[in-house]
Amino acid sequence: MLSFHKNTFRHGVHPPEYKDETRGLPIRQFPFAPVIILPTVQHIGAPSEIVVREGQEVLRGQLLAKSGGYVSVPVHAPVSGTIRKITNVPTITGKMVPGIYLEAFPASGQEVMEGTPIEIETATGEEILQGIQAAGIVGLGGAAFPTHVKLKIPEDKCCEVLIINGIECEPFLTTDHRVMLEQADDIFMGIRYLLKATGAKRVIIGIEANKQDAAKHLKGQAPNDLPVTIKVVPVKYPQGSEKMLITSLLGYEVPSGGLPIEVDSVVVNVATTAEIGRLLPHGRGIQERVVTITGPGVKKKGNYLIPVGTPLRYVLEQVGVDKHISEVYMGGPMMGVAVSNLDISIVKGTSGILVFGEKDVKKTSKVYPCIKCGACVDACPISLNPSRLGILAKFEAYDQMVEDYHLLDCFECGSCSYVCPSHIPLVQYFRLSKSIVRKRQAIKQAAANVN
Amino acid sequence: MLTRTLNISTSPHIAKGISTDVIMQNVVWALVPATLFAAYSFGISAVLVISVSVISCVLTEHFLCKFSKKGSTISDWSAVITGLLLGLTLPPIFPLWMTFCGGVIAIALGKFVFGGLGYNVFNPALVGRAVLQAAFPVAITTWYPAFLENRFTSVATSLTALPFMQPTFDGTSGATPLSAFKFDHITANTSDLALGLVSGSTGETCAALIFLGGLYLIARNMMNWRIPVAILGSVFVFSGVLYLFDSQVYPSPVFMIFSGGLMLGAMFMATDMVGSPITSLGVVIYGVFIGVLVVVIRIWGGLPEGVMYAILLGNALSPQIDKMIKPRVYGTANHKK
Repeated sequence: MLSFHKNTFRHGVHPPEYKDETRGLPIRQFPFAPVIILPTVQHIGAPSEIVVREGQEVLRGQLLAKSGGYVSVPVHAPVSGTIRKITNVPTITGKMVPGIYLEAFPASGQEVMEGTPIEIETATGEEILQGIQAAGIVGLGGAAFPTHVKLKIPEDKCCEVLIINGIECEPFLTTDHRVMLEQADDIFMGIRYLLKATGAKRVIIGIEANKQDAAKHLKGQAPNDLPVTIKVVPVKYPQGSEKMLITSLLGYEVPSGGLPIEVDSVVVNVATTAEIGRLLPHGRGIQERVVTITGPGVKKKGNYLIPVGTPLRYVLEQVGVDKHISEVYMGGPMMGVAVSNLDISIVKGTSGILVFGEKDVKKTSKVYPCIKCGACVDACPISLNPSRLGILAKFEAYDQMVEDYHLLDCFECGSCSYVCPSHIPLVQYFRLSKSIVRKRQAIKQAAANVN
Repeated sequence: MLTRTLNISTSPHIAKGISTDVIMQNVVWALVPATLFAAYSFGISAVLVISVSVISCVLTEHFLCKFSKKGSTISDWSAVITGLLLGLTLPPIFPLWMTFCGGVIAIALGKFVFGGLGYNVFNPALVGRAVLQAAFPVAITTWYPAFLENRFTSVATSLTALPFMQPTFDGTSGATPLSAFKFDHITANTSDLALGLVSGSTGETCAALIFLGGLYLIARNMMNWRIPVAILGSVFVFSGVLYLFDSQVYPSPVFMIFSGGLMLGAMFMATDMVGSPITSLGVVIYGVFIGVLVVVIRIWGGLPEGVMYAILLGNALSPQIDKMIKPRVYGTANHKK
């Protein structure tokens, strides 16, 4: 059965790529904003704990907030400056979280503070994991899950294959593409650290066929002593999802509800890998990331190296936007989040900023009833029945959604909504249903604990 | 510059750009060749039957929506399809007041009582036709020869019969190929059947044009090709086996494919997305079920034609098929490498 699906996964969609405008533009350093806004929640897990005080002067690279637990990472200063204020700051979800306003020193040299280097020759796997956490590294593909947690292999498991994710299947985004073309040395250095940390025996770099130049470049640059294979797979969304990528590269499926380690693999984003390779030898913390800024409403499209915490408003002012802007998204168009407030900042998980003008956004399309055409069933990469799930969600039949129709396997890739001719916001229904189900489960759990 | 209020929406922020009303419109376009041929072969009578049927369906939908204080849904074009299909399956001399009743019943009983588009269990046009067949068994089986010379100048007298009066049928009634075979054992010429040079329902006669319309929808990815393939394939194989068994008693499989309402039913009625299963395997089972039933009814049943009942039964079965045939969810197989 699985042999029919060599080099790809079941179903999926082919949205237009829209990558041509930025794929050829080299990464450029973005100017420092006069004020940087740093939320303590830029990752999945416990918020970081602020260790500086108002009025304190900090150096670029200095620790500002330490990890708030194991599933948490620290925050470092992306510029040298003065801590203006410690207060609640806005985030993209609309929630206010504790954060820091950092006023940059004008015209300073912006020298980076060095920490304790993690030497690849001498460090143990555990020390590398600690180093990765200390550097504040999270998945830069967009999920922002702390990387050291993902790399920690449980006692009873072993990691056979390390997969480097260079798929970048979201339309518009070209950050991973540029990182692969421009930061090959950092990527291979990062792979050395990752191999040591996970104990993996071989490495596969997965790249989609629309980035042949990147695959060729990495092949040419790969050091001989590394057990690296570079595999080019056909373009299809959502191949960048861990589970889909494992199926495309290795041919088997990750069990429902399980993590990649259950099939002896660990998947790490390519930009995250480059960041590890660049930061760990110097013991530095993460200060900036590559962001694709594009969309019909942007004047100076490109791939920019932007300091973490740069306010979105400042970014848009620098690149210049159409005066009739209507929608701004953070991330790609398939899974990205619409921005309601320009006073949020670029965080570690921001892979792209898309700007659409009034005329680029289709007027709210009319929602028709589900006609059971089955387009969503043929699109769902995990073979759910979104049509049925959508109807059950309307009737609030959450238990049936979970038990009979595997609601909790949905990872919200949006393929169903993308193809739906009736424009039903299926994935939004599933997001809501999942959060309601989780809330109910938590209440049940709490009740059981009391008894 | 950056003081504008931003619109927010949930992801995904792009869409494939196919819309339900566009799909419905295309189904109408795909039916145009068969409709034009009906007008050509049966003249003004056919045009009147089809027009009344479409108008009745659209009006019924519009007024039912108004009465239930909802926005009118006629702009989704689905009522037009129902009207067209109903008109095409009626005899060309079917009294117009009965046609009008059929349209009202198709929309009201076939669709609206279930909750409108997307919620109907059965194909609305076939519900309308089934009720008409039960109510007016004589009128609906009184056929009329095609290509009469005066077809563009006069209409059949039965057409304009007053409501609730017994229509009088013209003396020139002609048997359809299927009834000729069933009751007199006369087989029609295959090329006549494929090209529609025979008697029959208004729009069912020209299998070739119906097939073309279906191909157009398949090419535009607006129809599940597995359904007509499964139906026509199973009809061909099943009747072929019978024909090989005894070619004197059973009709040839080619005759079976091209006669009656099979082509229209397989291409345009069984493929109604709402009434058919949602998975690829499910629609194949559904198609084979319909195909086998068509042959069984035509050969061993009391009626010359069985496409309508076969599809209605298929519609009834399809929710069960969807319950039983579910795609295997990713990561749920007993596996590990």
